[in-house]
Amino acid sequence: MKSVVRIQNSLHRFFDGDIWYSFKKSKVTIIAACVTAVFMLAAIAAPLIAPHTPFDPATLDLMDASTPPAWYEDGTAKFLLGTDDQGRDIFSTILYGSRISIFVGFASMVLAMTIGITLGLISGYIGGAVEAVIMRIADVQISFPAILTAMLIYGVAFSLLPNERHEDLVVWVLVLAIGLSNWVNFARTVRGSTLVEKNKEYVQAARVIGRRPTTIMFRHILPNVMGPVLVIATIGLAIAILTEATLSFLGVGVPPTKPSLGTLIRIGQDFLFAGEWWIVIFPGIALASLVLAVNLLGDWMRDALNPKLR
Amino acid sequence: MVEPILKVEHLRIEFDTRRGILVAVDDVSFDILPGEVFGIVGESGAGKSLTGQSIIGLLEPPGRIGAGEIYLKGRRIDQLPYHQMRRIRGKKIGMIFQDPLTSLNPLYTIGKQLTETILTHTEMRPDEARRHATDLLDEVGIPAAGKRIDHYPHQFSGGMRQRVVIALALCVKPSLIIADEPTTALDVSIQAQIIALLKRLCAEHDTAVILITHDMGVIAEISDRVAVMYAGRLVEVGNVRDVVKNPKHPYSLGLMGSIPSLHHQAEELTQIEGAMPRLMEIPPGCPFNPRCPHAFDRCRRQRPDLLDTEPTRAACWLYDHEEKHGQ
Amino acid sequence: MIALIIRRIFQSFIVMLTVALVAFTLFRYVGDPVSQMVGQETSIADMERMREELGLNDPVIVQFARFAWNTLQGKFGISYRLGRPVNELFVERLPATLELSLIAALFSIVVGIPMGVYTGLYPDRVLSKVFQAISLIGISLPTFLIGILLILYFGVILGWLPTFGRGEVVQLGWWSTGLLTVSGLKAIIMPAFTLGMFQLTLIMRLVRSEMMEVLRTDYIKFARARGLTNRAVNFGHALKNTLVPVITITGLQIGSIIAFAIITETVFQWPGMGLLFLQAIQFADIPVMSTYLILIAFFFVVINLIVDILYHVVDPRLRFDKAVAAG
Repeated sequence: MKSVVRIQNSLHRFFDGDIWYSFKKSKVTIIAACVTAVFMLAAIAAPLIAPHTPFDPATLDLMDASTPPAWYEDGTAKFLLGTDDQGRDIFSTILYGSRISIFVGFASMVLAMTIGITLGLISGYIGGAVEAVIMRIADVQISFPAILTAMLIYGVAFSLLPNERHEDLVVWVLVLAIGLSNWVNFARTVRGSTLVEKNKEYVQAARVIGRRPTTIMFRHILPNVMGPVLVIATIGLAIAILTEATLSFLGVGVPPTKPSLGTLIRIGQDFLFAGEWWIVIFPGIALASLVLAVNLLGDWMRDALNPKLR
Repeated sequence: MVEPILKVEHLRIEFDTRRGILVAVDDVSFDILPGEVFGIVGESGAGKSLTGQSIIGLLEPPGRIGAGEIYLKGRRIDQLPYHQMRRIRGKKIGMIFQDPLTSLNPLYTIGKQLTETILTHTEMRPDEARRHATDLLDEVGIPAAGKRIDHYPHQFSGGMRQRVVIALALCVKPSLIIADEPTTALDVSIQAQIIALLKRLCAEHDTAVILITHDMGVIAEISDRVAVMYAGRLVEVGNVRDVVKNPKHPYSLGLMGSIPSLHHQAEELTQIEGAMPRLMEIPPGCPFNPRCPHAFDRCRRQRPDLLDTEPTRAACWLYDHEEKHGQ
Repeated sequence: MIALIIRRIFQSFIVMLTVALVAFTLFRYVGDPVSQMVGQETSIADMERMREELGLNDPVIVQFARFAWNTLQGKFGISYRLGRPVNELFVERLPATLELSLIAALFSIVVGIPMGVYTGLYPDRVLSKVFQAISLIGISLPTFLIGILLILYFGVILGWLPTFGRGEVVQLGWWSTGLLTVSGLKAIIMPAFTLGMFQLTLIMRLVRSEMMEVLRTDYIKFARARGLTNRAVNFGHALKNTLVPVITITGLQIGSIIAFAIITETVFQWPGMGLLFLQAIQFADIPVMSTYLILIAFFFVVINLIVDILYHVVDPRLRFDKAVAAG
């Protein structure tokens, strides 16, 4: 009972507060949030709402290949947005592909966040040689573009793995590659906040009581540094999704057998000259809208959580 | 009767916020005589800085002048368009801010910042301007002015920087300077020097000063007259001796009593119960009434204007002569 | 100043050494160099003999030293995929990438900085909102999509510009340039725009936020209080202070443009280093991969060094020792 009341109180406080007010006030942000939500839901529910199953080769018929979208005269309502060169329905493939894109984006962002927060807390709280080493590595890594780091990790991982396992593991390799290339921003921010919080009284008090350092770091300090972390996480999600799309487009990401949005665009580029624009444009629109929406959310969050602007 | 160089009449400064219109300065009026040092004292948030900013036309949105008029030597200035007000700024009215470190552009030499100001407002040639700047630096007490004119702000100490700031504010000889907390950011030992410098220079150039501060000691040092502000209102105005020795308004009384004195014994420093109300929580009637030990019914209902309380003027119903009989 | 340069050179050396170590580890331990180089039928005994000859059984330190020495001499090994010496491949491809990157960088700076200044100074004007929208799209549209859309419109639909390749090139010594022919110039337009678009967005946002920060500072307020003209305040003071950090950050970005060229080169089939690297990843062509790593690291390190020194030259706070004069 008590926890229900507590949740109710938190919800009341939240909806009364400045953050919700600023959210309601910005129509753009509301739209962005809705778009993101729609994408997430659609991606999760893909098996339920997609009219076709493009990842199952048994259902594909090469006779259907390269059909234009339904409003053309040789299009059909069966394939609303047309089909690609394998006969896959573009609309369904976008749904399933978004699933992969969002999954990789989300998982890699969570990985980056976990690594970054942990290293940030440790280097901020413990300091000394540990901090110096971690921050040096961070400095070196951040001077390289994340894409390059991701590509390298991908390349190395695949040299080490046997060829047969490539297709199953590709998604996990991508999560690892993108996650490992994006932890630095999290770590730096969390370290900065930790350094500030470290000197505050509640930390001193916890120390005096005799709490273990890990407890202090994760249960006391962490909740207080979550604000900027959330902003970086949102923008990081957008970056992760873009990175996966880029890697797939370049051919070092998700393969064409179970394409993500980026892979679809790669396939589609070859058919642009044949006039079959729908293979590129629709996945492109989907990708751009998703990333734009997440970016807008991140922008709003950064302004809403910025104490200087309040 | 000497004509005042600045008249502020019924000034009202408002802020548009999502909770409605907030009044930060409410019906403030005062005059500044030529060459006088006029102090405005009060706690943080009382509206002193806003008053100063509105006089020089640098009030930042969402703040704006909601009502009232400001006259400089008889000419109305509160509604002037930006480019006309710009010509007045620096040349007729100057302003100096609290932190000398952030007041100076770190990428330009102080010589450049000085000559730029001089050349903007006068017809001098660049070499004349530079000579004038060097003389000014000399006047404010910068040693080796001829060399240091080419130094950057970070090469000066805090006290020296504030001297440079004063030189910058005075370089084209305005008739009024608004000094917003000019010593608050300085070491105590330097404060006295800067205050003395300000007083001397303004006397020599016949420049009036509006000295905005929360530090009563500074006011007592160099002001001729002083106004006490509370929650956006003027609660007492008068000669500095009178206000300090014989304050009439209960708030001024508390304020003066809280200054430690070297001259006589005191049991304890006066503390005023409670705190100044925030802008959205100002009570009806006299804003000080919740904390005032002498408050009575009228204080809670009706807001007092400045009443004559020889030798000062105070906004307090205690001094309303008709009321006195009724008490 | 000299001490600083030496220290930075030393740090750069350490970074290069680390990168060389990583590259060496890749080179030697990921996959088996020998089996990559020989056919299926080579006997184990022959492979062992090759290992001896190539010095693959020597102690690690010796191998690394040899690797480092070879690298310094420009001997980067033989490509697994193409069977040609890696340094030949890179010499062929380097000019294409560098030309593309430089034009793209120029484009992003020349257009991005004014856009940023405008939106920083006049954030409420319509044009600013338009620029803001463009910047948002620039950040959200992946580079490759921008490239494809351009190809679709200007190449396929309008037929004005070539849809792939570099056009005709002119050979100047070992450098090949596409800038001296009409077809070369036409060919570089879309790729440079695509590559520069992302950077342009970043620069614009950076300049805008720096500008807005600077406009809020005390020294700008003080400059206004001195009555300086709008032009002097905005372009003399604000702009200069904005550009100092911007120029240095932009310099650092040039390094990442070279790396991002991979994407653009893929979209436009531009025969540069990036495309080479991509193909190397797909074929596990380790020598090319590790050479690319070292080259990119080298560029980054050199650029970082130059930018750092530049920063010290431009910002007077970092140049002089603090000369503190008495109070």
